[in-house]
Amino acid sequence: MINTRFSALKDIKPHEYALRFMFGGLCTVCAGLIAQRYGPCIGGLFLAFPAIFPAGASLLEKHEREKKRKAGFDGTKRGRMAAGVDAAGTAIGCVGLIGFAVTIRLGLPRYDPALAIATAVVVWLVLSVMLWLLLKSRMFRRIRG
Amino acid sequence: MIALADGEMSEMLIRFLVGGSVVTSFALISEVLRPKSFAGLFGAAPSIALATIGLTIAKMGVQYAAIEARSMIFGAIAFLVYASLSSFLLLRFKPHSLTVTVALLPVWLGAAFGIYFFSIGTVIR
Repeated sequence: MINTRFSALKDIKPHEYALRFMFGGLCTVCAGLIAQRYGPCIGGLFLAFPAIFPAGASLLEKHEREKKRKAGFDGTKRGRMAAGVDAAGTAIGCVGLIGFAVTIRLGLPRYDPALAIATAVVVWLVLSVMLWLLLKSRMFRRIRG
Repeated sequence: MIALADGEMSEMLIRFLVGGSVVTSFALISEVLRPKSFAGLFGAAPSIALATIGLTIAKMGVQYAAIEARSMIFGAIAFLVYASLSSFLLLRFKPHSLTVTVALLPVWLGAAFGIYFFSIGTVIR
């Protein structure tokens, strides 16, 4: 059900890597500056800023559209659908992100920071994947009737 | 305007490099995974948090980072609202994805600050 396609990396142009790097770096710097200026309560909100989501969705739409155009179709709708499906996955991942933040919040004052962060990453991944599998299986059941 | 000292400039440079690397890494993981709904999970990876939390702990201490994490919970709930709305609009009306995702950023901002200020005095003590 879940697989990897490393050939997809060949479709990404160097300026698209650079764009992601720039967005990611700038958002991280901005989060730091906001925390420095307004304190940890406001700054913390920006640790969950949708840093690269708009750029990612846009690039995904473009790639899917180009793929369809090579096959002789318009591909606009297909690209936008793909971006919508990707966003649905991101929404599921947000539940994992909430789990990550809760784990860091509860774990940092009590345990070794490295242990708290590692646990939070595991919580994020497990929660996201489990919820995705659950929703996916429910969707399949509904389709099969 | 925020004035930065030399030490702070180098700290921001480190944040930029680490942040860029972490975000790009998660974006590449997302790129190779199929199906797309699964790859989308990595769009909500804790990239900014992972890039900054080590530096924050080293500079400001564990309690400061824990306060940031508390606010991050509200930011993540706002992200859930934002991503759900983006997905709904993209799947339902099929507009240009960049237009939708950028136009909805104020929704994230409003939801994050709304939940934060609503929580003051109730959840936050």
